[in-house]
Amino acid sequence: MATTELPTRTNAGFKPSRLWTDERYRGVLSQVVVVVLVALALVWVGGNTQNNLENRGLELGFGFLADPAGIGIGVSLIEYDSQDTWLRAMTVGLLNTLLVSAMGIVSATLFGFAAGIMRLLPNWLISRMVATWVELTRNVPLLLQIIFWWSILLSLPTVRETLHIGDSVFLNNSGITAPAPIFEAGSNVVVAAFVLGLVGAWAVLRWARARQAATGARMPAGWIALAVVIGLPLAAYFAAGQPIGWDAPVANRFGRLRGGFTVTPELVALWFALTTYTGAFISEIVRAGILSVSLGQTEAAGTLGLSGWQTTRLIVVPQALRVIIPPLTSQFLNLTKNSSLALAVGFQDFVGIGSQAQNQTGQAIEIVFSWMIVYVSLSLLTSAFMNWYNARIALVER
Amino acid sequence: MTTDPYFRTQAEMLAERPPPASTTGPVGWLRANLFSSWFNAALTLLALYLLWIIVPSLIDWAFIHADFEGSVGNECAAEGACWAWLDQRIDQFLYGFYTDGEYWRVNLAVILLIPALAPLLFDGVPYARQLRVFSVAYPFIAGFLLVGGFALDAVPTRSFGGFMLNLTIGLSGIVLSLPIGIMLALGRRSRLPALRMLSVIFIELVRGVPLITLLFTAAILLPIFMPESWSIDLLIRVIVVVTAFSSAYMAEVIRGGLQAIPKGQFEAAQAMGLGYWQSMRLIILPQVLKISIPGIVNTFIGLFKDTTLVFLIGLFDILGIARSLQQNQDWIGKVDAEGFLFAAIFFFVVCFSMSRYSINLEKRLDTTKR
Repeated sequence: MATTELPTRTNAGFKPSRLWTDERYRGVLSQVVVVVLVALALVWVGGNTQNNLENRGLELGFGFLADPAGIGIGVSLIEYDSQDTWLRAMTVGLLNTLLVSAMGIVSATLFGFAAGIMRLLPNWLISRMVATWVELTRNVPLLLQIIFWWSILLSLPTVRETLHIGDSVFLNNSGITAPAPIFEAGSNVVVAAFVLGLVGAWAVLRWARARQAATGARMPAGWIALAVVIGLPLAAYFAAGQPIGWDAPVANRFGRLRGGFTVTPELVALWFALTTYTGAFISEIVRAGILSVSLGQTEAAGTLGLSGWQTTRLIVVPQALRVIIPPLTSQFLNLTKNSSLALAVGFQDFVGIGSQAQNQTGQAIEIVFSWMIVYVSLSLLTSAFMNWYNARIALVER
Repeated sequence: MTTDPYFRTQAEMLAERPPPASTTGPVGWLRANLFSSWFNAALTLLALYLLWIIVPSLIDWAFIHADFEGSVGNECAAEGACWAWLDQRIDQFLYGFYTDGEYWRVNLAVILLIPALAPLLFDGVPYARQLRVFSVAYPFIAGFLLVGGFALDAVPTRSFGGFMLNLTIGLSGIVLSLPIGIMLALGRRSRLPALRMLSVIFIELVRGVPLITLLFTAAILLPIFMPESWSIDLLIRVIVVVTAFSSAYMAEVIRGGLQAIPKGQFEAAQAMGLGYWQSMRLIILPQVLKISIPGIVNTFIGLFKDTTLVFLIGLFDILGIARSLQQNQDWIGKVDAEGFLFAAIFFFVVCFSMSRYSINLEKRLDTTKR
């Protein structure tokens, strides 16, 4: 805000009353008062904390992180057993938070874009159905939805009466079991080929664009890139003697499943609820973004002779993305923070394991402190990445 | 007049004819909106098929094969929903463990909300001026009714529960977070560096963490931070934390509005000789609040939905009641999702009305397109 520079300002004849009548002194005075009050409050809180901790016989410090945790963890991305330390348990929790957030961000984005586009289709029935679904999920608390889907999954048949979807996907109240890929010796060749394919596709696209810019000649670069990405690993797969197989789950006499991999109902409920809830918000953002591109742009593209698909890809989407990206960032941040509701269904993420640690060790201040550090850093990292992406696609004004 | 066969003359106007039947009326509507192309027709058929699968089986589950009578879960048949608990549990869903026979106090507080809100929400309410005084007094009246004291029996806040607890936390948060959010936003845009710094730290720290960690702070840490002799009511601690949380979001909404106001408005206010607070109150904030309505209401809706999180620190809001019903000996295995569906209706009604109201208000206050 602009401040008015007064033509003459003299400090001559300072009187105490100028402390609150002169704008300059008043500003300094009010800041000093606020800072002193905040500092006093902090000192007071610190003193109380010290007293209370002494009375309870607790000591501040992160020493407890080296003690054995003694808790079981259902879903873990790294090796863990209950004799491991709290540090390792918290790491498992952090990885679980990252897992759920990453899964949720990918699926909610896909779901949200699909729903947002479906609402704009010239089909009354479809857009009404999607609108109803969006309003229903947006206006009901996420925690309620997570517990709702969890209850539904838990009321599925028991292990003995497992439901089959096709031959290899099984559904019961202890989770969803599906075939797992087995990586035998030589499979790293296929993975390497896949990475090579990605790099190759990127190079092809880049070269094709440079060539078109230089000579005007066009080529079906998209198809070539796709062929490289799929073809290279496929060739490597057969050349290495088909090293990747499937481990299909098999039910024994009592219905107990062996093999495959199982996703617990907790994770499925959490993931599904996060996807539909955040997806509903994203669909509104996408819809608003597409509607913000004026009709004149589409008409101008038509007069240039661009086809419908070309108009969408080259004219509408790049302009819509500029409107979509900033609010999308805050939805991703919300999803990451909302993944902490995993606590309600007993999926052990960073908050879940932290609260267990707090229960068992009593080190509440340290736990809450580490929550804050981790979530604030995650937020900062996500927004840094999205700001970078946003700056890339933003309108360059000259 | 020639008789040339290649010319035809028309002496009088032809009678008007109606447009082709296929472009008007229900048929035309169907063609335009559902069957405009082959792709569209296929989508329509797919959607109809989905509806045909889902809707009848849902109605069948929820009503036709559902059981409405009985006092324990085993009296419910297996194939439909079990609503038999409604009769004995509805009071808990609404009032939690509030003292029996004192429900009228909660009801009265909710009914008084109507005259308190009406002059704030709608134009042309009779006696609006007097009612606004009542609006200001309402929080105190409602608090007195709910907690008791003087002539009324005291009801401990730990027996607050059900939807009434959600309403209490939500409304307190809404009333408090708007002014605090405005102050934080002004602090963040202030030219006094210390105020600006403190506001930024508060806003970013609170917005960076999940609400649940703040609720744990309220439940576990705040007692450690306070002198041992103080015991602040858990409900008050929760309201403080929920308010702090949504104030930070509110501050960002208001800041967005402040940034959208052209610099000329600030300068014009100064040119008229208005001081900082006068120009804010008379010139800037009215414009800011108007353009921020969607964001403000969205924050309110988010806050109201977030009141369910208190269930995670052991308070029995409507979600906590639904969960305890699900785990109750009498109903376990028979009531799975029914309690949550019932609770969802309340939130949907409140949140959906709020969002509709905000859309209406936006249209009413939009002075640009007339």
